[in-house]
Amino acid sequence: MNQSPNQTILITGGTVVDPGRVNGPADVLIDGGKITAVGPKLKAPAGAKVVDATGRAVLPGFIDLHVHFREPGFEYKETIQSGAAAAVAGGFTSVCCMPNTSPVNDNQSITEFILDKARAAGTANVFPIGAITKGSEGKELAEIGDLRRAGCVAISDDGLPVMNSLVMRRAMEYAIAFDVPVVDHCEDLHLSEGGCMNEGLVSTQLGLPGVPAAAEDVMVARNLALAELTGARLHLAHLSTAGSVRMVRDAKARGIKVTAEACPHHFMLTEEACCGYNTHAKMNPPLRTWADVQAIKEGLRDGTIDVIATDHAPHAMQEKQQEFAAAPNGIV
Amino acid sequence: MSFKHKHLLSIAPLSAEEIMLMLETSDSFKEVSGREIKKVPALRGKTVVNLFFEPSTRTRTSFELAAKRLSADVINFSPSSSSVVKGETLLDTARNIEAMQADIIVLRHPAAGAADTLARGVKSSVINAGDGWHEHPTQALLDLYTLRDKKRDFKGLRVAIVGDVAHSRVARSNIHALTKVGAEVRVVGPRTMMPCGIERLGVRLYDKLDEGLRGVDVIMMLRLQLERQGRALFPTIREYSCLYGLTAERLKLAEPGALVMHPGPINRGVEIAPDVADSLSSVILDQVTNGVAVRMGILYLLSGAA
Repeated sequence: MNQSPNQTILITGGTVVDPGRVNGPADVLIDGGKITAVGPKLKAPAGAKVVDATGRAVLPGFIDLHVHFREPGFEYKETIQSGAAAAVAGGFTSVCCMPNTSPVNDNQSITEFILDKARAAGTANVFPIGAITKGSEGKELAEIGDLRRAGCVAISDDGLPVMNSLVMRRAMEYAIAFDVPVVDHCEDLHLSEGGCMNEGLVSTQLGLPGVPAAAEDVMVARNLALAELTGARLHLAHLSTAGSVRMVRDAKARGIKVTAEACPHHFMLTEEACCGYNTHAKMNPPLRTWADVQAIKEGLRDGTIDVIATDHAPHAMQEKQQEFAAAPNGIV
Repeated sequence: MSFKHKHLLSIAPLSAEEIMLMLETSDSFKEVSGREIKKVPALRGKTVVNLFFEPSTRTRTSFELAAKRLSADVINFSPSSSSVVKGETLLDTARNIEAMQADIIVLRHPAAGAADTLARGVKSSVINAGDGWHEHPTQALLDLYTLRDKKRDFKGLRVAIVGDVAHSRVARSNIHALTKVGAEVRVVGPRTMMPCGIERLGVRLYDKLDEGLRGVDVIMMLRLQLERQGRALFPTIREYSCLYGLTAERLKLAEPGALVMHPGPINRGVEIAPDVADSLSSVILDQVTNGVAVRMGILYLLSGAA
């Protein structure tokens, strides 16, 4: 972090993983802030700082396509500065932050505010994602052209999915002019209403209202149909169900312009993690079943799912220490 | 055997032996309520706090009487009218009560898992008096106590639970309790009222009331929560009552001498016809009487006096 960008650094003895290029023991030379050489037994130039990475993995900076930084509006949960620091601490050099701040990132002033704060923090690269609709209310389109010009890299009403299919169609059509992908959190809000975990045996045992897998599946189906209709670039956030994976696989095979992401918790944990009313396992989409976990892994393996993202979504401790139904969704 | 639990949060983790121990302990306390002087000194000097976040007359009164008949000091605390309005969390409210040296907290709360959350955060014993749709363990225990009184043996006893199982903590606790002690449990109602995967709790599912009632020894009617009309669980109270209301005619489908139970408060003429509620088959008021004895037994076991 505190290296001067002009310092020459040699990382030696580590296992370098740079997918498609290097996968094994190698040294890495960084000069003037750029990687200038990767290979075995590199010589340290005079004055270079040598970092011994023996027994460690050396990886390119990760990009997280899906984070929730809480500024503006919820600075008590996290600021852009603390979020970017957390990203870098975890090896992420670039993050895309979702627009569900307060106010919502639905206009260029908010986008510029986020970028200013990120520049001041000076750690991770922060790429804002703008809202699809004004206030993420699902009614009128936000000024997507302005958002794009201000620096947004995609548009999404993440967490508050666009329920009106006509609005979603118009958003997709309009986005084509600016070549921005439309990112959707797929959830039918009527089917999921009141639900706070996966609908299944565990929710029945705990007496908690559930969210059926179908709440995600019906919206994935709708979004794929609209992407086919409009020809827009569609990115589906945090797939959690076997049905979603199946539909995306089929859509890709038919040439629809769709990409998809999965989060580590959705391929490492199941609904069982909610037992004992563990609010740290409360998230949206909810943790699903073992069969869903297997389907997500298969989707990652065969390329149906393109990206692993975190859905980093911090909350204040006291908010998670509530009754399960009252605690907010989110995982750190 | 002795009772090893500090709290009574749910029936699910209990063994059949533990359930039977609670019923047997309650026997001796039932006799107390029949005396001229309805009081024993078992919990003298102990403090029981009824912490009720939801309106309740029957359960709160039952716990209050049970604690008083054991000579405990009882405080009723209904935070809906005080601190919750000011934004205090459940745990903070409970810690304040604990700071006044409460030995046992009896909690009724609209959120499933509230009793678990409380038990993790305080040193007092916690009794779950109903948490959301999750469990209402003392109701199941008093239901079993009533059945044991009338039917003697649970093994092979056929019990139909009729109504909105999905939103019923009484149903969940009874399903756990009855299956543990060897009864055969059926749940009867439209699929809109059946929670996902309910069969995996060891019950059989019936869509039609007549089929569900055929040959049963016990019928447990659940209260229809009238405010759920318009939430697409059932079209009208009229249709629900026609399809799933217990009438004298339908009662004949059950075994002769079948018992009719209801956790109360009943909707006369909705889930249960008035003549059935008042018939000899009905043990609804026995349930209420036994509730006090069973809660005395549970308070006694958790107080550490046993």
